[in-house]
Amino acid sequence: MTVTVALPVHLRTLAQLDGDVEVEVDGRSTIAAVLDAIESRFPVLRGTIREHGTARRRAFIRFFACGRDLSHEPPETPLPPEVASGNEVFYVVGAIAGG
Amino acid sequence: MLGTLFGGRAEVNMGQVRVLVGTRKGAFIITSDGARRDWKIDGPHFGGWEIMHVKGSPVDPDRIYAAQWTDWHGQVVQRSDDGGRSWEPVGNEFAYRGQTGTHQWYDGTPHPWEFKRVWHFEPSHQDADTLFAGVEDAALFRSNDGGATWTELAGLRTHSSGQDWMPGAGGMCLHTILIDPANPRRMYVAISAAGAFRTDDGGETWHVATGGLSSNFLPEPEAKIGHCVHRLAMHPSRPDTVFMQKHWDVCRTDNAGEMWTEVSGNLPSDFGFPIIVHAHEPETIYVVPIHSDAEHYPPEGKLRVYRSRTGGNEWEALTKGLPQQDCYVNVLRDAMATDTLDSCGIYFGTTGGQVYASADSGDSWQALAENLPAVLSVEVQTLS
Repeated sequence: MTVTVALPVHLRTLAQLDGDVEVEVDGRSTIAAVLDAIESRFPVLRGTIREHGTARRRAFIRFFACGRDLSHEPPETPLPPEVASGNEVFYVVGAIAGG
Repeated sequence: MLGTLFGGRAEVNMGQVRVLVGTRKGAFIITSDGARRDWKIDGPHFGGWEIMHVKGSPVDPDRIYAAQWTDWHGQVVQRSDDGGRSWEPVGNEFAYRGQTGTHQWYDGTPHPWEFKRVWHFEPSHQDADTLFAGVEDAALFRSNDGGATWTELAGLRTHSSGQDWMPGAGGMCLHTILIDPANPRRMYVAISAAGAFRTDDGGETWHVATGGLSSNFLPEPEAKIGHCVHRLAMHPSRPDTVFMQKHWDVCRTDNAGEMWTEVSGNLPSDFGFPIIVHAHEPETIYVVPIHSDAEHYPPEGKLRVYRSRTGGNEWEALTKGLPQQDCYVNVLRDAMATDTLDSCGIYFGTTGGQVYASADSGDSWQALAENLPAVLSVEVQTLS
């Protein structure tokens, strides 16, 4: 399946992307599978969304799709059908913070 | 060698200088010829990211490493092979080896070691692909492949005192790495707020190098562990002599850290962060006094670099070209450096975004940049 992912600007810069990216997700239709696919296609993003080793979501990163906050869902949570079908975007969002 | 014309006078070009500036919102590269009067600012590189440190290889000056970080996305390591014109992200996985263990937290409870970020890169004097990284929580990593992969030198973190180390307010960071260029198996590191350590076997084993230090905030002021060492500096020709700016006190050792002596002398305050050694005069050192640990700005609102030509104790204020009223910036521990031209250049950056340089060992100063983001680090490359 093809999933469309929106990344925060700093990660788009690192991955040399101009906009949203479509990734092929094989097998599992889960949050973890989407992130695995992103990191596989763009190794430079390893450690920038999820921590190395533990694969925990970084504290200032959130996941949204179809108007829902998926950040606290377990990694093997199935994607919303609209995301899995390619009709909705999976958003990786940086927290509003800083100075 | 070509001559260049400045102000109507023909001068010999004595090389070039490349100043590598890490700031809270990106990196900047500031360049000049050997005259060091006209400067060009290039950047920001990695705009919006905190650049803790940028440093070039002594072996290949076009090889530069940058430590890039944000709270959002963690650590990224960038490498350039063309003097900073282009960059390539390399390895950013810093995994502690073996059992992670615990150190003390602020409240004295055990706290597991957690990698947060790189504070300092120290490239090898022998091999452009080899470099060391000092990180938070305090540990030392080594890469032998130009930053692609990192291996912890775990003998430091697993030192018998490790469980007693505790963070300073800025985090438990390994911020200083000094390598004896003639004997790379001899290194010093400094950790806030654990102290100073020395290895004589390339990082396998470590000795506490805090003899003679005294810190009044410790329950036992002369304890071996717990000193908040802000910075160490060493002249490459004298690897047994090391200078220290501590949380309070400026100190020196002449026996590789076995015993330190306070050399604060007539400084207006012996609190500060950076300390450096003149490139050609091993007994000439520089500090930037800060009013106190509670007020991180210069005494009396005057930005003054202090120079000692006697290895400490006797200090003179260097003020020409620096703001002498209403100045309340700080100079952080990694934000001061020298070039190695015949007339030694001294450089530092401030939390107010200024970068100052002196082409005459500190006698006079000019601002290379005045409106950068807060400066975290300054390194200088002298290019032929």
